[in-house]
Amino acid sequence: MNINGLLGSLQSGVAQGVLWGIMVLGVYITYKLLDIPDLTADGSFTLGGCVTTVAILAGINPILATLMGMGAGFLAGAVTGVLHTFFDIPAILAGILTQIGLWSVNLRIMGGKANNPLLKADTIVSFFSDRLGISNSQSSMLVGILLILLVILFLYWFFGTEIGSALRATGDNEDMIRALGVNTGHTKLLALAISNGLIGLSGAMVAQMQKYADINMGRGAIVIGLAAIVIGEVLLGRLVKNFGFKLFSAVLGSVVYFIIQALVLRFGMDANDMKLLSALMVAAALAIPVAMSRYNIKKSYSENDLYADEHRRLERKGGKES
Amino acid sequence: MIEITHVSKTFNKGTVNEKRALDNLNLKLNEGDFVTIIGGNGAGKSTMLNAIAGTFPVDCGKITIDGTNVTMDPEYKRAKYIGRVFQDPMKGTCAGMQIEENLALAKRRGQHRGLRWQLNDKERELYREQLATLGLGLETRLSDKVGLLSGGQRQAVTLLMATIQKPKLLLLDEHTAALDPATASKVLRLTREIVESHHLTALMVTHNMKDALTIGNRLIMMDHGTIIYDVSGEEKMKLTVEDLLTKFEEASGTEFSNDRMMLSK
Repeated sequence: MNINGLLGSLQSGVAQGVLWGIMVLGVYITYKLLDIPDLTADGSFTLGGCVTTVAILAGINPILATLMGMGAGFLAGAVTGVLHTFFDIPAILAGILTQIGLWSVNLRIMGGKANNPLLKADTIVSFFSDRLGISNSQSSMLVGILLILLVILFLYWFFGTEIGSALRATGDNEDMIRALGVNTGHTKLLALAISNGLIGLSGAMVAQMQKYADINMGRGAIVIGLAAIVIGEVLLGRLVKNFGFKLFSAVLGSVVYFIIQALVLRFGMDANDMKLLSALMVAAALAIPVAMSRYNIKKSYSENDLYADEHRRLERKGGKES
Repeated sequence: MIEITHVSKTFNKGTVNEKRALDNLNLKLNEGDFVTIIGGNGAGKSTMLNAIAGTFPVDCGKITIDGTNVTMDPEYKRAKYIGRVFQDPMKGTCAGMQIEENLALAKRRGQHRGLRWQLNDKERELYREQLATLGLGLETRLSDKVGLLSGGQRQAVTLLMATIQKPKLLLLDEHTAALDPATASKVLRLTREIVESHHLTALMVTHNMKDALTIGNRLIMMDHGTIIYDVSGEEKMKLTVEDLLTKFEEASGTEFSNDRMMLSK
């Protein structure tokens, strides 16, 4: 029974990891390609969930409802994009403004309630679990994996097109690509919109998996996204060069993140402490390389020329010691 | 074809750092002119190039390219007329992207960018041919990241990128200043070859008086944001470094007090 319980929570961890992985791909676009930590994410994730659950309850086809959630995220990203590129508001502040504004918008969408249960309504997840006779987690995992494959294929194609390449170049060397005739405001706006479209899609799917949308479901989404990217890089960063695999490693990071979460919760940690753990994880991943290089500089300094000494000593010892 | 009339620009207006960087600047370039630009630090050489490229809006005056008034056009819109190479070799290329990707981005300068896949075999062949003309062996390294190249190689690639889609005007802003002497002269030779073979109109800022005299068909000297000396053709060919120094003292009333220029004569 205990082992079954463990397997169950692992399974739901993986399912969550895969569905949240779509959001991680969205965060990847802004954070890794444009170097913008886009705080719209927390709001657009919830927005996707709210729009989709309300639409499903209104009797709209779940697939269409999911696309609506994605579209809403796309628009939210475009709002941040306009604030940032057209009005020159710093990216982080522009994201915060949209995110805060979305809190009220999300409550409005759900008719003033803090959460919106789907109850027995048909969803994409329930469609597969009913047809194939599998559990909610398994069905979520299946849908999630299909979506992830689609999204990665789409992103791989898109970032190889003329527009997509211009967008990547915007993140690499903005002055250069502007001198080559690209309106970098437009490319940034597009990147923010696509990113938040994916984040909205992720929110829409997570809401269907957990069978409700909640005003707080996206809180800390950006940190989860960054944590997943960091985990993915630690696990596969040195092995993968191809863009498609880099996206895959970010999704893997997301799955690992949610497995860790499932395990620590299973072993009695308070769910509310998970956010602190995520924040510490991201802070550590960003801080450790900086601290390491500082430490190495200090450590390697000496008044005497140790390099020469060392090499002489090594020669004597036959090069065994480091 | 390229005409600058009464252009002025003052930076930091109304502050202690106020600087009139361009002061009633007038310049008319004929098709095929290869102009070298010299002048002391802060004379307005780079500022003029940036004003033409649209890096910042000018305060007044008019800039036309082929009869089109581009004075208030943003930088990315003017890019369809202008190829640029900067002083900093890092500035002209995307380090994290492949050589062929950089060239493909440059190939589409000023053109519509759509949802077509950017790289294709036909263009790749063109890039290979073009890279071979640089004589740096880069034609076998199409898919290498530009970040792996040396400063000189990057500058040569940037030069190719600026001209792969023939520009109406090529702007070279001390593009060899950050390179070692041997590499600099190689890049300069390439510049000459490319400008001459494509019959480009070009503006080249340099700190090297000898280069300014030997390269191009026209030379202008700038001081305090305006052109103080403009010479071309036969007359330019007869000029010497000493003539230039005298000219500078005459025109500006000060001695040419720029170590870099003095040392590089």
